Amino acid sequence: MAGGGAGGGGRTQSAAFAPVRLWLLLPSWAVIAIFMGLPLLIMLVYSFLTKEFRGGVIWEFSLAAYDRFVFDRGLFGDDPPVLNTTYLTIFARSLIQALVATALCLLIGFPAAFYIATRPPEQRTLWLLLITVPYWVNLLIRTVSMKFLIRENGPLNEFLMGIGLISEPLPLVNTDIAVQLGLFYSYLPFMVLPIYAAVERYDFSLSEAAADLYADRWTILREVTLPAVRPGVIAGCILVFIPSLGAFLAPDLLGGARTFMIGSLIEEQFKGAAGDWPFGAAAATILMTIVLIALLLHARAEARREV
Amino acid sequence: MKDGGQADAVELRGVVKRYGAVTALKETSFAIRDNEFFTLLGPSGCGKTTLLRMIAGFEEASAGEIRLYGEDIAALPPNLRPVNTVFQQYALFPHMNVAENVAFGMRMKKVPKPEIERRVAEALALVKLEDFAARRPSQLSGGQQQRVALARALAPGPKVLLLDEPLSALDLKLRQAMRVELKEMQRKSGIAFVFVTHDQEEALTMSDRIAVMSAGEVRQIGDAQKIYEEPADRFVADFIGETNLLEVEVARTGPEGAAIRLAGAEFIAAPRADVKAGEKTVASIRPERITLVAPAGGLTGVLERLVYLGTDWAATIRLDDGRQITARAQNAHGQKLPVGPGERATILIDEGAPRLLPR
Repeated sequence: MAGGGAGGGGRTQSAAFAPVRLWLLLPSWAVIAIFMGLPLLIMLVYSFLTKEFRGGVIWEFSLAAYDRFVFDRGLFGDDPPVLNTTYLTIFARSLIQALVATALCLLIGFPAAFYIATRPPEQRTLWLLLITVPYWVNLLIRTVSMKFLIRENGPLNEFLMGIGLISEPLPLVNTDIAVQLGLFYSYLPFMVLPIYAAVERYDFSLSEAAADLYADRWTILREVTLPAVRPGVIAGCILVFIPSLGAFLAPDLLGGARTFMIGSLIEEQFKGAAGDWPFGAAAATILMTIVLIALLLHARAEARREV
Repeated sequence: MKDGGQADAVELRGVVKRYGAVTALKETSFAIRDNEFFTLLGPSGCGKTTLLRMIAGFEEASAGEIRLYGEDIAALPPNLRPVNTVFQQYALFPHMNVAENVAFGMRMKKVPKPEIERRVAEALALVKLEDFAARRPSQLSGGQQQRVALARALAPGPKVLLLDEPLSALDLKLRQAMRVELKEMQRKSGIAFVFVTHDQEEALTMSDRIAVMSAGEVRQIGDAQKIYEEPADRFVADFIGETNLLEVEVARTGPEGAAIRLAGAEFIAAPRADVKAGEKTVASIRPERITLVAPAGGLTGVLERLVYLGTDWAATIRLDDGRQITARAQNAHGQKLPVGPGERATILIDEGAPRLLPR
C-alpha cells in the first residue's frame, strides 16, 4: 500500500548494479549453455540427419527418423505408408508404467512424508536419513538386488510359500510388476522429500480450524491439508514421473521383451552396432516434447489458480 | 438470566489436564452463563489457553465433565461440538477467498446453498468487509484478517464463541477499537463469548465476568470491579492494576472493618471475617486511594520521586521504617501536590481501602 517511493528507489539501485550482476552470472550461464543447452541442441539436430550404418550420422537432412517412429514403409520404402504401432505402443506402455509408478510412489510416499514431518524435530533427521540410505548404493546394484529378491527361488517367494500364502513361486521377473517394483523402489525418495518439505511448513492450526468448523478427518485432509501441500505433491509427482518415463535400467534388468520401454529403445539405438542415432534422437525429442508440453500446460493452469 | 432454571452456557465440573507428570490445569469447576462475555485472564503458562482448547475439543480433559447447555461434550471431537474458535494467528484457509472461508463451517454443516450465501453476506456486513468477499487472506491486512476470522467463527451460529488472544497480533490503536467492537458483537449475537487474554486492560474493558488464572488454577472469578476492588489473594491484587502490598498487624476487628497498624499509624481496612486481633497479614492498598498532605503526624515519609503521567502524578514515598509505597494523584483542576520531591509528607489512606489478603 504505502512505500511506493521506497520500492522505486530499490529498483533504481538494482538498475545501477545490473551490468555487474550480469558479469557475475556469466559462469553459470556458460555452464548451463554448454552442458545443458548444447547436448539438447545436438540431439535435436541429429534427429533430422541421415543414419550411418555402423552408428553415427551423415550430414544430410532427413525426416526418416520421425517417419520410422510412426510409419512402416516396407523393407525398401517403396510401399505406401502404413501406421506402425510398434514404437507408439512402446511409448504408450512407457507412459502407463510411469503414471502407475508415480501413483504408487504417491500412495506410499505421502503417508510416509506426513508421518516423518509430524515426528518431533530431533527424530525427523533420522527418518530422512533412513529414506536416503539406499541412495548410497549404485542404482544398477540396487536393481540387480531387486531381481535377486523377486526371482523364482528368491527370498520373497520363499517367504510367501513359507507362510503358506502361495503353493508355487510367483513368476515375477520379466513382468510389468517387476518393472513397477524397480521404478517404485528407485524413485520413492523423490516423492517423499518434496512432500515432507511441504508438510513440515504446513500450519496445523489450519487443520484445527477446519475441525472446529465441523469438518471430519477426511474432509480436512481433502479440503485443507492437501491444497496447502499441493506444490510439494506436484513437485514429487514430476520428479518421479519424468525419470520413470525415460528409465531403462529397471525395464532392462527386471522386465523382458514384453515390457520394453522407451528408455531402453533409445538406449539401444546408441549402444549397439545396429544402432540408429537419428532414430534414437528423434524418439528422445518426441519424449521430451510431450513432457515439456505437459509441464507447460500444468504451469499455466497453476498460474490461473493463483489469480 | 441465571434464574428460571436455564442451563449455563459452559459448565466445568472437576476438569483436570495433565501432560505426563505435569499438571497444566488443576481441578477446576465453574460456570459461564448464557449470553455472557467471559474472560480467562492470566500470564502465559497459567493454563487459560489449555482450558479454552479443552472446551473447543482440541485437548482432551484428563478428568472431569465439560457441559454445554447441560450436555456433556467432553468426549466429543471438535467437529461435533457446536462451538467455534477465533484463533490467535487467525488460521484462515490460504487457498480460499474470504467468502469461501466464511462459508466453510456452514458448508460442512450441510446448510442449504442459498442460506449459506445469505449468511456469508450477513457475517461480512457485521465485520464491515462486504467489499472483500473475493479477496484471498494474503491480500488483507492483519486487522482485516482478524475480522474474517471472527465472521468465519460466527457465521455457522455457534452456541458459544471461543476467542484465543485474538487481538494480540494487532497494533495498539486497532486493538483498542476492536475491544469496543467485540463487546458490541457479543451483545448483538446474543451468545456467550469466552475470551482468553493476558492483557488485564482488555479483560477489564470487555468482560461481564473475569476468571483470573495463575499456575494452572483459577484464583478468582468476578466482574471487573470485584476483582479490582476485592482481590481474593496476593496474586490477583498484584496482577490486576497497580497496588502496594504491605505487611500489617491487625489491631482490632469489628463489624465496620478491621483496624490495622502500619508503621505505627492506624488505618481502617475493609471488613474480613477470618482475621483476629494481633495477627500479622498482608494488605493491598491501591495507589489512587492514598493521599499526600503536608506533614502532620500519623504515617509519614519522604517523597522520593514524582513522575508526571499526563492524567496522573505517580509518587514514590519512602516510609520512615524504610518501606516504599506508591501513590497516584489525579491531575485535575490544575491543582498542585502540596508536597514536592524530597520533602516530608503525611500519608492518608481512604477508610476501608486496604484489603487484607490471606498470607
